[in-house]
Amino acid sequence: MKYAYYPGCSLTSTATEYDLSVRAVCSSLGIELIELADWNCCGASSAHSTNRWLANALAGRNLALAERAGLNIAVACPACYVRLRTTSKEMKDNPRQRDELANLLDMPYEVKYSTRHLLDIIFHDIGPEELRKRVVKPLKTLKLACYYGCYLVRPPAVVAFDDPENPQSMDMLLEALGTEVRDWSGKVDCCGGSLSLSKREIASQLVADITEMAQRAGAQAIVTACPLCHSNLEMRQAAGKQNRLPIFYFTELIGLAIGITEARSWLKKHMISPLNLLASQGL
Amino acid sequence: MPYFDKNGQTAHDASFYQQVKAASGTNIDRCYQCLTCSLGCPVTFAMDYLPNQLVRMVQLGLKQPTLASTTIWVCADCEACATRCPNDVEIVRLMDVLREMAQQKGIKGKEKTVAAFHHAFLGSIKRWGRQHELSTLMELKFKTADFFNDIELGIKMLLKGKLKLLPPRFGDVRGVRAIFQRIEKRLAEGERT
Repeated sequence: MKYAYYPGCSLTSTATEYDLSVRAVCSSLGIELIELADWNCCGASSAHSTNRWLANALAGRNLALAERAGLNIAVACPACYVRLRTTSKEMKDNPRQRDELANLLDMPYEVKYSTRHLLDIIFHDIGPEELRKRVVKPLKTLKLACYYGCYLVRPPAVVAFDDPENPQSMDMLLEALGTEVRDWSGKVDCCGGSLSLSKREIASQLVADITEMAQRAGAQAIVTACPLCHSNLEMRQAAGKQNRLPIFYFTELIGLAIGITEARSWLKKHMISPLNLLASQGL
Repeated sequence: MPYFDKNGQTAHDASFYQQVKAASGTNIDRCYQCLTCSLGCPVTFAMDYLPNQLVRMVQLGLKQPTLASTTIWVCADCEACATRCPNDVEIVRLMDVLREMAQQKGIKGKEKTVAAFHHAFLGSIKRWGRQHELSTLMELKFKTADFFNDIELGIKMLLKGKLKLLPPRFGDVRGVRAIFQRIEKRLAEGERT
């Protein structure tokens, strides 16, 4: 299991704890990640809202770099993930456009390798049963709402490693850690992360809806696999509000449960500290 | 939106419909107004036209109100609409084409912040090949004259090392800049994107 690791911009800044936990957990589980040399920003929603070829070229440069390295790509950020997969699907379906892209990049690109999200890789290549065997500190009594958001499951023609309306992969992995995973209906709702900086009031409304729904389901925290959801859910929960929900990355909880010693230092980076919650559960 | 203007002339532009259909590569003719898109859309409360209405407006060739709508900018690209559409209308692709056209033709509606954000975001990639959140934020704040919101949050993030003072660095940033230059050249030559 060897992949070209594409961290994406957020994991070098707003989500460094996600990056640290991904690297530590993958290394411990035997998934070899080699950071893609010279990777660039995928362009995110700003590129595809501005120019289709700019979006394809920014994503495509990373795909071509991975092809040069001869590796499939592992991505941590679902927004990058959907951009890379959208471009590779469009180019695979349309060889003429693929040649046009190679010209635009001035790099060969033949769509030979695939792009996978780390949730997909950990769920399918390791799996809940294997993970259960690795647990040294079960996270018992922790009640969680697994939040998938948009791009891990949509559009299903592009991503599709889990069900688009009621995904289960993260739920099953976290149950294997001993946690009590709550069933809830906000799993694939949009948190408005792409509007978090430009349309604050919209993002705050969507975040309020999601956190309330998770609390009604009895969750003490939300778990995500997306750096944009994570910062949006942390930043846009009303400041000063009592009982703000801590937001975990799924890899942080895996790290805690399989006994990675530096796991606690990742949690200190959070804007809403989960340490009191963990202490209250004797963890 | 009025289908007839003050002088009783129709406001529609059939070529607009053809252009959008061709550029988006999605068959908007199949929409039968079932409203599934709008019922699942999380941001309708901030839109001036519902997604299904926007599809109808494109079919009718109502170019100006479509491209000046708030809807195309507050769409969060969450893909719930397209995932649930029984006729496989790729509404987010449609939104992309409309946003691209609005920017190219310089059509500005009431909603300006989102486009300013995209501009700042892409500016960072063009300069450094990756995102430098702090400079993107500063540019957005100056462009939209929004100086006081989120200051406390920003300081906390700086202290936690979640916002970096210095921009990112890596080897082949020129390769990324060259992509922007080639795209700009294509646009200058008037090639359809």
